[in-house]
Amino acid sequence: MKIGRRGFLSFVIGGAAGTALSPLPWKLMDDSSIWTQMWPWTPVPEDGEASYVNSVCTLCPGHCGITVRKIDNRAVKIEGMKGHPVNNGGICLLGLSGLQLLYGPMRVKTPLKRTGKRGQGQWEKISWNDAVSEVVEKLRDIRSEGHPQTVGFISGFDRGTVSRLFERFLTAYGSPNFMRMPSVRDSYELAQYLMQGVQALPGFDFENSDFVLSFGSGLIDGWGSPVRMSRVHSAWQSAGVKVIQIEPRLSNTAAKSDKWIPINPGTEGALAMGLAHVIVKESLYDADFIENNVEGFFDWKNLVIDKYSPDTVASITGIDSRTIVVLARGFANASKPLAVCGRGNGTTPVNIDECMAVHALNALVGNIHKKGGVWAVSEPDYINWPEIEMDAKAAAGMQHERLDGAGSKTYPFTRYLLPRLPETIDPGEKNPLQALFVSGANPLYTHPDTQAVRNAFDKIPLVVSFSSYMDETAQNADLILPNHIYLERYEEVPTPAGMIEPVIGLSRPVVEPQFNTRHVGDVILQMAKGLGGSVAKTFPWDSYDSCLKETLGDLWNYLIDKGFWSNTGAMPPFFGTSYETASGKFELINKDNGSIPQFKPVSIEGDEKDYPLLLIPYDSMRLACGFIGDPPFVMKTVEDSILKGKDVFVELNPKTARNQGLREGQRVVLTTPKGKAEVKVHLFEGIMPGLVALPRGLGHTGWDEYLAGKGINFNTLIGPVEDPDSGLDAAWGIRAKLEKA
Amino acid sequence: MKEGRTHKRFQKFGMVIDLDKCTGCGSCMVACMAENNVPFRKDESNKLLSITWMRVYKLTNGMPFPETDVCYLPRPCMQCAGQHEGHSPCVSVCPAIATDYSMESGIVSQIYTRCFGCRYCMASCPYHARYFNWWDPIWPDGMEKYLSPNVSPRMRGVVEKCSFCFHRYQRAKDRAYMEGRRELQEDEYQTACTQACPAGAITFGDLNNPKHAVSEMVEPDPKHSGRPKNPNAFRLLERLGTNPKVYYLSSREWVRRAGDNYLKNEKKVKKPVHHG
Repeated sequence: MKIGRRGFLSFVIGGAAGTALSPLPWKLMDDSSIWTQMWPWTPVPEDGEASYVNSVCTLCPGHCGITVRKIDNRAVKIEGMKGHPVNNGGICLLGLSGLQLLYGPMRVKTPLKRTGKRGQGQWEKISWNDAVSEVVEKLRDIRSEGHPQTVGFISGFDRGTVSRLFERFLTAYGSPNFMRMPSVRDSYELAQYLMQGVQALPGFDFENSDFVLSFGSGLIDGWGSPVRMSRVHSAWQSAGVKVIQIEPRLSNTAAKSDKWIPINPGTEGALAMGLAHVIVKESLYDADFIENNVEGFFDWKNLVIDKYSPDTVASITGIDSRTIVVLARGFANASKPLAVCGRGNGTTPVNIDECMAVHALNALVGNIHKKGGVWAVSEPDYINWPEIEMDAKAAAGMQHERLDGAGSKTYPFTRYLLPRLPETIDPGEKNPLQALFVSGANPLYTHPDTQAVRNAFDKIPLVVSFSSYMDETAQNADLILPNHIYLERYEEVPTPAGMIEPVIGLSRPVVEPQFNTRHVGDVILQMAKGLGGSVAKTFPWDSYDSCLKETLGDLWNYLIDKGFWSNTGAMPPFFGTSYETASGKFELINKDNGSIPQFKPVSIEGDEKDYPLLLIPYDSMRLACGFIGDPPFVMKTVEDSILKGKDVFVELNPKTARNQGLREGQRVVLTTPKGKAEVKVHLFEGIMPGLVALPRGLGHTGWDEYLAGKGINFNTLIGPVEDPDSGLDAAWGIRAKLEKA
Repeated sequence: MKEGRTHKRFQKFGMVIDLDKCTGCGSCMVACMAENNVPFRKDESNKLLSITWMRVYKLTNGMPFPETDVCYLPRPCMQCAGQHEGHSPCVSVCPAIATDYSMESGIVSQIYTRCFGCRYCMASCPYHARYFNWWDPIWPDGMEKYLSPNVSPRMRGVVEKCSFCFHRYQRAKDRAYMEGRRELQEDEYQTACTQACPAGAITFGDLNNPKHAVSEMVEPDPKHSGRPKNPNAFRLLERLGTNPKVYYLSSREWVRRAGDNYLKNEKKVKKPVHHG
């Protein structure tokens, strides 16, 4: 039979029409939609025996106790530990997402060595032995050339055995360049040292104070130990504690306070001095305390009376003088008032004058080392290791000044000044930094002026990252020696930030290490052994775990059993010994070095003509901006008025927007003297006109595809501003302009 | 069976969220995701598509600077009882009995394998508490290890929502039965969000039990479908008559007013209007 063109076409069309009219296509579509629902890629989690492991979360300095639920050998849920002194069952969203960090795609699964150029993302897998011996060889070369001081270490923490091992290693090797990541603790430590003569942790007895005056601290926006602060906030609500928040933007802390007082940014120190003026002038201060415990009151009093009248302060701060007077009276008349300084979640320092001015307020009302006041908290002293073996090279190396200038003639009392590091790094033979180790920190993301830091890092011949995750610093390293994450390793965890009662927690392996990672403590021991000589002798332990066990002694068994140790009966330090100043008192004026609480404005970058607006950062619990980035769960909680697709929104007062001719949702270019970025506009009545606010915690290039490439990293738009008195980075913002894209 | 049931004292599990204490941190949202195997995608910024059984809304009072105020409002499923116990908006419209009202616990269930994805329930829910799975859930390689066996991961094409962590209720009941008890203690059954909330802003318990904290806090009035007697307490869209089991507390009037739709000059909160 011959099929013609016409016959063929009618057969095809007829067949198609016939099939379409039959139930067949609909049945197939129905079936396929049902089948595809049943396809096995929807996982069926295996059931098994349930068990619970107590440990400590170290994703932030909050150090909450956690209880991890396991099914057989899988960890399935992290919960807050009941009865823990920090969080008593509560837990924050980052802590809850820990298992996504444990099992997630952002993990570095094995030691990696860079093959392409820095930051290109080309790696080869390398064995642990090769990786460690490569580092050891380099360190041996540097040391034999007589430059051990050119090795640096950046650590996220400086307390506990792991950090002490880093420091010990550097000292035995011959380098003074151990650096801690900056935070408001730097300012407080220095203020306490200058005024009280002690090196101690700042502790705040918020639980017992009845009037809290916060100069911009985001007390419930991630400050200190976030879960503890949430609990404290609820207690304040129940007890009717007065909370006053002073800052130019309505943060969550401001919204939840009794009174939000907007202030011109950067003038918080002036307000503190203005309040002191009223308190002194109206004799509202604690005369007993001043007489017995305070030195230099009368000289300071004259300064305060002379220079900081409410009218003067009103013109600086933009707060009317009546409000200043009422606020000062309210503060001084409360029975346990507490003033606290520092912006946002406290990951940036403030200038030392501001910190001292606020701290002086606490002294005026006599609330130092008292219930409901500010304490200098001493650390539990449990690390008693044998003396460090110093050979000639180590001793010579330790004679050098620190690269960041901390402890130098200019900044004698500041302990760490990491933001000053990039400018000291030069290229070429004489590079003062030949090798840099980074652990528990992500300076290439968290440091202001990220590009400059990256350029500086590029000049360091060897950068080694101990990061468990592919963060920005790991991406730009030469070698990554991945640490176990906190759910896979032993580590003791000292007192959480801002707490007054000493706590030691034990972080312990909840599951077996998931990948070919190694405890950073063990790697340090191995490096020391590899170097041999006095360095090796300084580390008599076989493994980190045995070092920890030996260090803790009896405490080890207690911690294994209970999970944490705390001194609930912690008493304020005894007055006679708690001031180690020359006068033995709280010094408002330190005669040795001339430090005195006063207001010195920080001159921020950019001039008003080119940059009519002011850019400030803001922090949110939902955006982790430290060495950990948001896991996928936390990204889900970010509001669509902050991030939409890949675009981040800047907050702008509708008034500012009108002046600039901008409207909601408009795409604009945000320019500062340090950088440029495309963003969108979100109108928010809760921000002072003339300001632009950008959230911190976005704009990652590392981590995973759930986080990377979204929004802008605030730190690319701002640079550090050195406080001339302390060297600390005192930048609270930068001048900026917005233009239509 | 039916006889046995009538002898049982019914429970009505409910939640009270203190908005004065809530800091808007979002921990409840993540506690819920981690507990209930909620999937996630690369872009979660389109909130119509982002599955969050518990979602924290940001409310503003709309006043200009510096009178502006902000409050956060966590929104789980309201577990509506309707005007006559069991007449929840979603249960009434489900053609597949995939969602049902439990007379024993007062919890609105969702049975994924029965759901065929018509999404009537989503249209009927005035709280946007229901979410549709437009895609199959995909966990990155290895991450499915953390999935809990107590809650089945959902497939594409079904609706899901907050269950008041019903599996925790089952677990607690099983444990009690093993120990020869028939009654649960108040703290034995708590939802994941309640347990995690760092501020302790969420309270969970039996609204039918006057000794439970939830009843003491809001004093539900049984004569008026559980309307709270506490003047600081309110329910969302009270006047729709959905009879939700989630109550909110706020000392701020503008927040309480934001819980329902009011005309501009309307002053007092009116009695609920009964529709149908």
